[in-house]
Amino acid sequence: MFGAGGGTSSYREIEDADVIVLWGSNAREAHPIFFHHVLAGLRKGASMYVVDPRRTASAAFADVWLGLDVGSDIALANGVAREIIAAGLVDREFIDAATDGFDELVTAVEPWTLDRTAAITGLPQLQIRDFAHAIGGARRLQLCWTLGITEHITAVDNVFALINLALLTGNVGRWGSGLVPLRGQNNVQGGGDMGAIPARLPGFADLTDASERAPFERMWQAAVPSRPGLHLSQMFEAMHSGSLRALWVIGENPADSEADGEHARAALGALDILVVQDLYLTRTAAMADVVFPAAAGWAETDGTVTNSERRVQRVRAAVAPPGQARDDLAIVFDLAAAFGHDWGAPNAETVWNEVRSLSRNHAGMSYQRLDTLGGLQWPCLDDDDLGAPFLHGRLWARPIEGPRAPLQCVEWQPPADALDEHFPLRLTTGRVLDGYNTGVQTARFPSPIRSGATLDLAAATAMRYAVDDGEVVRVVSRRGAIPMTVRIVESLPPDLAFTTFHFPEIADVNRLTADAWDPKSGTAEFKATAIRLESIDADTQGGRA
Amino acid sequence: MTIELRIDDAIVTAEQGDTIRDVAARHGVEIPTLCWAANLTPVNVCRLCVVEVEGSRPLVPACSRPVEADMVVSTNSHRVRTSRRMVLELLASSVDLDRAEPELLDQIEEYGARPERFAAGATKHAPVKQQDELYVRDYQRCVLCYKCVEACGDDAQHTFAISVAGRGFDAHISTEFDTALPDSACVYCGNCIAVCPTGALTPLTEFVRREAGEWRPDQQSVTRTVCAFCGVGCNLDLHVQDGEVVKVTSPADHDITQGNLCIKGRFGWQHLR
Repeated sequence: MFGAGGGTSSYREIEDADVIVLWGSNAREAHPIFFHHVLAGLRKGASMYVVDPRRTASAAFADVWLGLDVGSDIALANGVAREIIAAGLVDREFIDAATDGFDELVTAVEPWTLDRTAAITGLPQLQIRDFAHAIGGARRLQLCWTLGITEHITAVDNVFALINLALLTGNVGRWGSGLVPLRGQNNVQGGGDMGAIPARLPGFADLTDASERAPFERMWQAAVPSRPGLHLSQMFEAMHSGSLRALWVIGENPADSEADGEHARAALGALDILVVQDLYLTRTAAMADVVFPAAAGWAETDGTVTNSERRVQRVRAAVAPPGQARDDLAIVFDLAAAFGHDWGAPNAETVWNEVRSLSRNHAGMSYQRLDTLGGLQWPCLDDDDLGAPFLHGRLWARPIEGPRAPLQCVEWQPPADALDEHFPLRLTTGRVLDGYNTGVQTARFPSPIRSGATLDLAAATAMRYAVDDGEVVRVVSRRGAIPMTVRIVESLPPDLAFTTFHFPEIADVNRLTADAWDPKSGTAEFKATAIRLESIDADTQGGRA
Repeated sequence: MTIELRIDDAIVTAEQGDTIRDVAARHGVEIPTLCWAANLTPVNVCRLCVVEVEGSRPLVPACSRPVEADMVVSTNSHRVRTSRRMVLELLASSVDLDRAEPELLDQIEEYGARPERFAAGATKHAPVKQQDELYVRDYQRCVLCYKCVEACGDDAQHTFAISVAGRGFDAHISTEFDTALPDSACVYCGNCIAVCPTGALTPLTEFVRREAGEWRPDQQSVTRTVCAFCGVGCNLDLHVQDGEVVKVTSPADHDITQGNLCIKGRFGWQHLR
């Protein structure tokens, strides 16, 4: 955000917020211990608004649940922005001193009247208005989101639309106010920080900038390519077109997790060589030419991970990996040796110290300091720096330090996979409390609350399509069809179906999802699939059509 | 506001709102507790932390009694020690404490408690409850400290799956309508297990090892790491015995978790071989 790729706040701050917004986040199930901090804030008197098409376990704790239609987030955010402006709730001093683009934003959101916003989002006008006034009146607003915002073809624009709301009301750069993208894995933040995105190097250095590349080229004694690489969705396109022929997959299971799974598996199958490095023989590993058995990063290796509050923490080896499984680092070092490069003995701390020498944000984070201080939040510039609980305090200096924060004009567009008479139902996917991604790990502990991958429907929807609780139906999308067991739940509005993706062997949900992706982030629109239900066997199901 | 009071032989300073236990601990005076924990609101039911306060007829629970200016507190008087000994004797004679945390067993020794004095008295009888593959609830070991109820309720988890039901000696921890745990509101975070001081609540994996005589805490190492199942960054303490993870806890003093975890953090490790 504003040039720093991380959430602006610490978890602790939400306990001091007076308005909490969870937008496209079911933290109660997906980030349960973060939600404990939310609960502490609620107990201290904060009010909470949960924006989610589903009435989730998180929404059950909210003052107001805004059950908008899938993919109408920008419409809602623009409508809220317009109401904040129209009602005079803008922090004018902050806007004038610290931001750019206010006049353009006023013009851009002008068409988003309460009337139009209500029509697009499916929310009552009064609820939108009250939500806008709650945000506009907040002294300390925490605006949190997860994949409900980013698994859309407008992922990046969705985020911009939320940032606009925080900037309009001056809710960033102060204790208790901030923007909190909750990360789905223990090191998504760290992966990005380390340059595991196409146009970046460790420390978020810009790959295309020769002066930013130079320190890396000196350190590595090699030229660093100046052309950004491919993101995941582009890689799969390149595999289809034949320009990407070899793939090395580390700790990911794309054969199960990619949208439009049949299409993705065809791409993997057409490669000249597929190398998979994983804890288990996943579906992807089963397709591989070579499999490197890997150690479990969090229990069998040393290293660091970075959480959703930018805190770098140590992971430590507690047990030895089983059989021939090895530390990822050792595998990578050995491959380098096979290619003729002697990188010496693999050692996590040595690698980390190289990161510290190249990334200013991490310079002050020695293993010793990480150990004694229980982790440090970047930026942490030297050995006396205790790290940054929140970012962008600079926007409150007068005059501000550094560049102004831009307001961004963004336009709503509906999900790519449109509803029509043939595909009248919206399917959205998400995590449940005891599951994690494709279930490679979480299917291996005996959870008493495991429900499997059911097709969840509201009773009204089940009635309309004449299906029963427990009935197996064929779920059909424009990509494929799978059998699923219907479960009637109270958390869904009519005409919205929900399922998890934790059990691909029970329900291969990604055969249904669309691989339309956001051109800015490369994220596929897992949250919005158009489906219809078909009876599997009209005779045994009592003759329903 | 800073105030002064006397704890045993020393004049000490404290902040208004501190409890007697807080202030005593800060000044190196240890007061035993059973139902108190740093991450829970005091419920002052166990009466093990009682102290004498000049001017107060009954003994007062140090865990929850706020200090006052010029208070005179005796933490280890004959009357205090007699009361604590009696509490320990009553608990240990009615409940099986052989799997209690070491501090509690040390206190039985320290106060010279002789539970056998009440050998003819009533004892808790309840079948071991194992209704799923994660938890064992052995309420013959329960002293009704309320910690599990607090952790499940508004001190941490806000799930409210359990409470105290029944009265008097028949009081016990129960789910709603005594339904089986998998059918209750329980979400298996195990935050109740984490705070149980007597071994009434244990993970099944630990219970099985204990029953087999293969639970050896003195041979366990503890390694701190970070959970892998989401981006929150909960710290995990991996308890390792004979080269295998046998239990996962979280440090109670860590500012992300305060000792709490979710089902994935506390039990997800079982995918390791």
